[in-house]
Amino acid sequence: MHEYAIVRALMDRVEQEAQARKALRVHRVRIRLGEAAGVDGALLATAFRTYREAAGCGATDLDVVPVPARWACTGCGREVALGEVLQCPVCGLPARLIAGDEILLERIEMEVA
Amino acid sequence: MCDVCGCGDPDILPIEVQESILAGNDRGARHNREHFEEAGVLALNLMGSPGSGKTAVLEATARRLRTHLRLGAMSADLATERDAERLARAGIPAAAITTGSACHLDADLVHHGLHKLPWRDLDILFVENVGNLVCPAVYDLGQAANVVVLSIAEGEDKPLKYPVMFRRADLVLLSKMDLLPHLEVDLAALEDALARVMPVPRVLRVSARTGEGLEAWIAWLLEQRACVHAHPYPHAHRH
Repeated sequence: MHEYAIVRALMDRVEQEAQARKALRVHRVRIRLGEAAGVDGALLATAFRTYREAAGCGATDLDVVPVPARWACTGCGREVALGEVLQCPVCGLPARLIAGDEILLERIEMEVA
Repeated sequence: MCDVCGCGDPDILPIEVQESILAGNDRGARHNREHFEEAGVLALNLMGSPGSGKTAVLEATARRLRTHLRLGAMSADLATERDAERLARAGIPAAAITTGSACHLDADLVHHGLHKLPWRDLDILFVENVGNLVCPAVYDLGQAANVVVLSIAEGEDKPLKYPVMFRRADLVLLSKMDLLPHLEVDLAALEDALARVMPVPRVLRVSARTGEGLEAWIAWLLEQRACVHAHPYPHAHRH
């Protein structure tokens, strides 16, 4: 399970921002998680709770915004449904993942003095 | 504290970051890639389930290619150094990376592993990842290409169950082809499943035991190798 490693990388980044702004408390962290990013949202939430208890930052909430995966033809842009052969039925060109690959830290809400 | 109305509520400062959580790893991967490109080394990330035959494919490759090309390997394992020992016995320099509890390699682990190998003198460096179809797919190591080893005994639906791994594969080696007469596996169904997760499916059927398909695999390696030309990067340090 690499979700714990993802949470650690996330919270290192959050900590860095919080220290730079001398934050008293981090209230909320929002991330965007692509369906095709290779990270499981439920496992990530569990890993976050485990991290939060171990690190003593019990008041921080994690919002995970899921992003559906979408494939489209590299030629004509026509979308190819998930689960289909990843080739455009019209042009025969390979499809490309156009959304749903991200593991993005979007926003941190912190309490400052 | 709020000093507008004196309500005593804390000030909440929203910070927009909009950065990949893997940005730290991606920086490390870029650094490794610069090293490989500067030294003209083809680095390949070899992934697959435990027992899919990654080490066996590398052993067979080493025995066939070691007199023509300078090969080396870095083998990751949770607890042992067995894979690296096998590859050293097959005649190529091999370093073990023991990851402990980590289920995947990341760019920093590979960077540390470089210190254990004469990697600058190699034509091809194989990075044999931890046996796992999930986690290793998420981490860029600085490799030029991903190769996924999938044994035909694992079942036709594995690409559909682990789409991220196969989507990121530049080549899939269907291994243990010598077992075909003993299995009820439908290779057409397996290749159809790959086409639903890989936009440009590139698949080779191989057996490390009989040597079946190894010519085509070696041809692929030489083709990749031909794309690598050493070019100097302005870089602050050497390993």
